[in-house]
Amino acid sequence: MTSDQIDTIVGAGLIVIAAVALFVLAVPLRGRVRRVFRIIPGIVRLRRAIGLTVENGRRLHVSLGGGSLTGASGAVSLAALSTLDRIAALSMISDRPPIATSGEGSLSILSQDELRSAYRDGNALDQYDRDRGRLGGVTPLSYAAGTMPVIRDEQVSANILVGNFGSEVGLMTDAAYRQQAFVVAASDSLPAQAVIYSAAQEPLIGEELFAVPAYLQAGPFHVASLQVQDILRWVVIALILGGIILKLLGVSLL
Amino acid sequence: MKAPFATAVAIVIGLLVLAGYIVPIPILVSLRTLLLGWAVILVAVATVVGIINLARVHWNKAIRGEGRDYYSLIFLVAFFLTIVAGAVLGPTNPDFQQAVLSIQVPAESSLMALLAIVLAYASLRLLQNRKGILAVLFVFSAVIFLFLSSGLLAGADAVSPFKEIIGLLNRLPVAGARGILLGIALGSLVAGLRILMGADRPYRG
Repeated sequence: MTSDQIDTIVGAGLIVIAAVALFVLAVPLRGRVRRVFRIIPGIVRLRRAIGLTVENGRRLHVSLGGGSLTGASGAVSLAALSTLDRIAALSMISDRPPIATSGEGSLSILSQDELRSAYRDGNALDQYDRDRGRLGGVTPLSYAAGTMPVIRDEQVSANILVGNFGSEVGLMTDAAYRQQAFVVAASDSLPAQAVIYSAAQEPLIGEELFAVPAYLQAGPFHVASLQVQDILRWVVIALILGGIILKLLGVSLL
Repeated sequence: MKAPFATAVAIVIGLLVLAGYIVPIPILVSLRTLLLGWAVILVAVATVVGIINLARVHWNKAIRGEGRDYYSLIFLVAFFLTIVAGAVLGPTNPDFQQAVLSIQVPAESSLMALLAIVLAYASLRLLQNRKGILAVLFVFSAVIFLFLSSGLLAGADAVSPFKEIIGLLNRLPVAGARGILLGIALGSLVAGLRILMGADRPYRG
């Protein structure tokens, strides 16, 4: 058996385990113990910031990053879109509707779709404005340059930067800092996470990025997703430990 | 369910592409390649639509009576000049490319320089804004790795025990990075499954 075949089998196995677990855990069953998730301070403060923004008649800004849906960062962009959906739903009653910026064409169209569906679900389709989901720029730095005026000029009091960013995210967090606006930020890129940790008010590290929609009550599938990630983490730990033991015993699967 | 047709199409195509990766049957592999090719074309079209939307937003900001944005006006002039020049001369014309790069490269370099200053300032603010051992460790490790990569230890990394200590220090961030990336990979897997199951439908607008 070749190394590629083993990779494919392990990958397919993980996908099947995850799919079954996701389906089973998302089905509401009577008597199932309701899971209590750990407190993530950044998301607690985000919820508070959403409430304050709505109360003060200010605007929320969701930045979705520049990850292409056909690339390796596609899933991160999808998680960012789910976050936008929840934030649009939670802040719909605000005088100023939320604004979404993205660094990729398909993502900007989907952000308009998410805003539209959130307003339609809230029976407020007449308040929907497609210019609220806009492209900031198509290269990382032009995206940052196109987003900074939004943070500065659009009465934004809370910024949610969730998606695929590079180190240019530092320019956006700085623009928010100058406006004394709240910032919660997360990225799948390691350099961006280092920048976010030092520059953002509330950094989310690693897989906390995927937890945002679940913590904003996106629904049973999102809550189940967090449980499935915990299960998969244990499976991966078992696989790594198994690999170490096999290696120590001199057993080779190749 | 809202948008049942779009949901069904997304699920079927997602499953076919996934099957093309897992099951090495020639028909599934060629179907996967074809579908991904279509996706790339769609993304390119979406980029054009996004750019038109961007120009429209700046147009609205440039023509409004109150609080007119003159930067949007500059953006629109540069945008249409670039489009016209690109259409007339062709995007591969060396003069056109030289003209675009002569503006883009210095502008982006300036932003990178600004980013360096912003990050230096942010690192000074870090210990003030974030209390706790993690912030101290972050700053401490940043200083250590700046020192290691400064070249001041050139030659010392070949001498024992410095060699072993530097090797150990260089392996530490790799371990942490792999842990973070594994978490992101698992999150990505589950996010993809939600799309395949139709639980997340960002296209339902």
